[in-house]
Amino acid sequence: MPPIESHQQEREHSSEQYLRDDTKTASTKIAIFQYLAVAVFIFLISGFWKLQVQNPDIYSEAAARNRVKSTPILAPRGKILDRDGRVIVDNKASYSLILNRDQVKWEHLPAIADALHLDYNDLTAKLRRKGDQPQIIIKDELSRDDIAFIESHRDSATFPEMDLINSSRRLYPQDGFAAHLIGYVGEISESELDEPAYADYRQGDIIGKEGVERQYNDQLKGVDGQRRVLVDSLGHERALVDPDDQLAAKPGQDLQLALDLDLQSVAELAMEGKRGAVVAMDPRNGELLAMVSRPTFDPNKFTGRISRADWQEISGDPFKPLLNRAIQAELAPGSTFKPIVAIAGLETGTIDENTHFHCPGGATFYGHYFACHLKTGHGDVNLHLGLEKSCDVYFYNVGNKTGIDNIAKYAEIAGYGGKTGIDLPNERESTMPSTHWKMRNYRQKWFAGETISVAIGQGAVTVSPLELASAIGGLAIGGNWYRPHTLKGAKPELVREGHFNPDNVAKVVSGMSAVVNEGGTGYGARIPGIMVGGKTGSAQLASNTLLKGTAAGREMKDNAWFVGFAPVEAPEIVVAALFENGVHGPFAAPIVRDVLKAYFDKKARRDGAPPAAASAPVQPAMFFRLPSFPAPVQPEEHLAAYPAFAIMSLGTSSDSRIPGGHL
Amino acid sequence: MAAFRSFRDLDWAMFIISMALCALGVLQIYSATNGTRWQGAWWRQIVYIASGLLMAYVIAQFDYHSIMSRIYLIYAASIVLLITTALIGNTVFNSTRWIKVGGLTFQTSEFVKIVLVLLMARYMTDLKTPTVEWPDLLRLAGLAGLPFLLVIKQPDLGTALTYLPIVIAGVLVAGLRWKYLLSIGLFALVCLPIGYHFLKPYQKDRLASFMDPARDPKGAGFQVIQSKIAVGNGGVWGRGVTKGSQTHLGFLPVSHTDFIFSSFAEEHGFLGVVVALVLYFLLIMQVVQNAQSAPDRAGVFICMGVGALLLFHVLVNVGMVVGRMPVTGIPLPLMSSGGSNTWSVFLMLGLVNSVRLRRFISH
Repeated sequence: MPPIESHQQEREHSSEQYLRDDTKTASTKIAIFQYLAVAVFIFLISGFWKLQVQNPDIYSEAAARNRVKSTPILAPRGKILDRDGRVIVDNKASYSLILNRDQVKWEHLPAIADALHLDYNDLTAKLRRKGDQPQIIIKDELSRDDIAFIESHRDSATFPEMDLINSSRRLYPQDGFAAHLIGYVGEISESELDEPAYADYRQGDIIGKEGVERQYNDQLKGVDGQRRVLVDSLGHERALVDPDDQLAAKPGQDLQLALDLDLQSVAELAMEGKRGAVVAMDPRNGELLAMVSRPTFDPNKFTGRISRADWQEISGDPFKPLLNRAIQAELAPGSTFKPIVAIAGLETGTIDENTHFHCPGGATFYGHYFACHLKTGHGDVNLHLGLEKSCDVYFYNVGNKTGIDNIAKYAEIAGYGGKTGIDLPNERESTMPSTHWKMRNYRQKWFAGETISVAIGQGAVTVSPLELASAIGGLAIGGNWYRPHTLKGAKPELVREGHFNPDNVAKVVSGMSAVVNEGGTGYGARIPGIMVGGKTGSAQLASNTLLKGTAAGREMKDNAWFVGFAPVEAPEIVVAALFENGVHGPFAAPIVRDVLKAYFDKKARRDGAPPAAASAPVQPAMFFRLPSFPAPVQPEEHLAAYPAFAIMSLGTSSDSRIPGGHL
Repeated sequence: MAAFRSFRDLDWAMFIISMALCALGVLQIYSATNGTRWQGAWWRQIVYIASGLLMAYVIAQFDYHSIMSRIYLIYAASIVLLITTALIGNTVFNSTRWIKVGGLTFQTSEFVKIVLVLLMARYMTDLKTPTVEWPDLLRLAGLAGLPFLLVIKQPDLGTALTYLPIVIAGVLVAGLRWKYLLSIGLFALVCLPIGYHFLKPYQKDRLASFMDPARDPKGAGFQVIQSKIAVGNGGVWGRGVTKGSQTHLGFLPVSHTDFIFSSFAEEHGFLGVVVALVLYFLLIMQVVQNAQSAPDRAGVFICMGVGALLLFHVLVNVGMVVGRMPVTGIPLPLMSSGGSNTWSVFLMLGLVNSVRLRRFISH
């Protein structure tokens, strides 16, 4: 460098001057500084190399996590419709609160739990549960107050972990209308989360807990989507991420039930104030037309989070309102079992229509006296009269002659000793005793005397209302049993065939027709213009026998059964009614009549013919306030024509409720 | 006189390099502040650059010897200025660094750097011995320590630390015995833990987060983590101007001032980083080249002081951006938005040019 060269020549000056102007001694140090600078820049560039070239993916993912916030879009659950497409269960828009897991500050939780009336321990348990979802739904169906609290506190300074999302609340008919059939939804429980069947479910998911809601949960639930938004460092939404990146929610499929709301409301009404169940089905294909169980419960209380008080009230009720008696009440069929014994006797050739027995009001078998329900006796009784008058002595004899295993064989064809296999959870099995059954269960021989009780539907034999309807319905159509099912349009499934002699079936059906139409025990089910066949039954619970000596036992009354079908020549519908503590079968007959009448009146309206003349006025079904069904424009007109139907076949607008209170 | 003040003799290479860096800075300020409340900062920065250039040109016309001859007076004045700042300065973010003159606010500590550069040059040229002796070291420590402590008191540890490379460069270039160097090093080692004790809690936090950013990702480590994410997110090619999500969604702290290089790295990628760092390297080498061609030791000290200061700024600021240096709030010369720093850098480059214009003078 020329300047330095020139200074080198000036070394000969004084030492002070030498020091002042010597830049030579500095040049080594300047060189060192240059190397230092090179080192610094290599050090810096290597830092960028590491971050930007070697593994930029880690950081671009971190940046994406920073800026993209996904919140779930909850898929609305499918609606539940009746056979005519009328909405039974709908959804109502509501809001849910979610907590963003990565933002949760534990010291915030007591305040949040307190403001939203949540249990602090539940809340922390939810957050502690292992899982990969970034957000957890903390509360559904937020009230106005809840929303106000969340909106005013979810800023970055207060509780930034809170977020509101749209959700929908399940809207069930009020007052427990069809509650057992439909079931209800609720948040998946901790124990359910651990079950393999719910492996795909995550905390906070809403699942069907009972009824068709549970059975068809997969169809109804849909697939949740994701809303992905760009957020800034304060959590404020800036923009939606690419539309391609959004995951739309797939709404659940609607579920069309075979259920007929008109029949259901009549059945609900007929059971009002009673305990028991009603089941109506089409024996020709197994479609379930109505299913009522009483007492009932309000499924709206179960959606989301049930209050402790409500839960205790419902679960502590001695009459067990949550029990679906239509498929879970296994009771002695009583005299409704007699047609089965009759067909067994006829098909085995043990009896024919002319075989007759004398009824003096009771008879002795194997050293025991068995009374007939008519103390004065029925006199000479053949098959027709035996069914019509439900003569016990006649069936003691038939049963005794046919034998328990023959009875069991035909009863099992009719569905006794098993489940109907209906598509509902928790159906119970009926019981059909036999020598084989007793040996297997009790390791004891069958006593011939036991057959006498079984012949009139007592003893160990039990049945549920649905099983009874199925058994008698299948017999009435000639001995073909279709699996009962809840969905409309499901392929009929013939599960058992009797291969019965049609004449034998006709004889039994004729007897059952006489029960209703010829002064028999089922006169209460008579409908002018429609030939109804049926059978009454009055039966005691097995436990009642044990309780007979006690005061409580004496207060317990017999259960009343009636199973009816129509028209007898070609049955289209079979209805079974259980009226617990209804004392006598005849008391259950009007329930069945109401449902049958509703069915045929509706059919007549559809065909354009005038409805069958009313033998007894049917009360308007104003007792069920169904939120999903808007009121008719002029209810009075329809109510005059046919009340229950009018209520159910309504216009679309207005959310005004059906006028009237409830019982 | 006219011969050495020729316009042509100015360091045009340095001018082009510094203008390129300023342009990158303005672009990045524009991008980072786009849509924020600092939106006009890029335009103000252009004004600072233009006025800074003018200051540089003016100071280059002064003979640095004449400034150095009055340096003790200037030094005393700057101490008074720092004390005045402490008394009547504007307090922003709990730190009193700025003083308001007319409509402008000045960060007085920035200008003290220039004073220290000249003071160091003066002291070293006045040395009677070929190496720096203990009394010199003590005097230097006192001269630099006074403003250092005043600035620390503001509190502004970052700017105070920038005074150290000026003194160290001066002392090392002047010549230091090995045993002095060793004993100073040992003394520093002993002092470090004691000095740590005197740090503010947030400063301790920053230091701890530097050692382990994941320690408190929402607190002190936040800036380091977010800065590293921004840099990594840029990848090789960058996200593009105004496309850096870390920058524009507010994850990056002060993305147009102290962390401007982080947002630059996010939007321009590794290639942009290399270009900018090469420009800084060339700038510093250009300053060093002026030291090599300086006509006397005073010029060498001035250039080396400026060079060391620039290198320190780049090392600490850019090192912080990639998590290789603790977070200290010092700006990146020529790129960070801000008037005082831009002016002080231009004044220093002007001083270097003043040395350059006098390189053919012989005494």
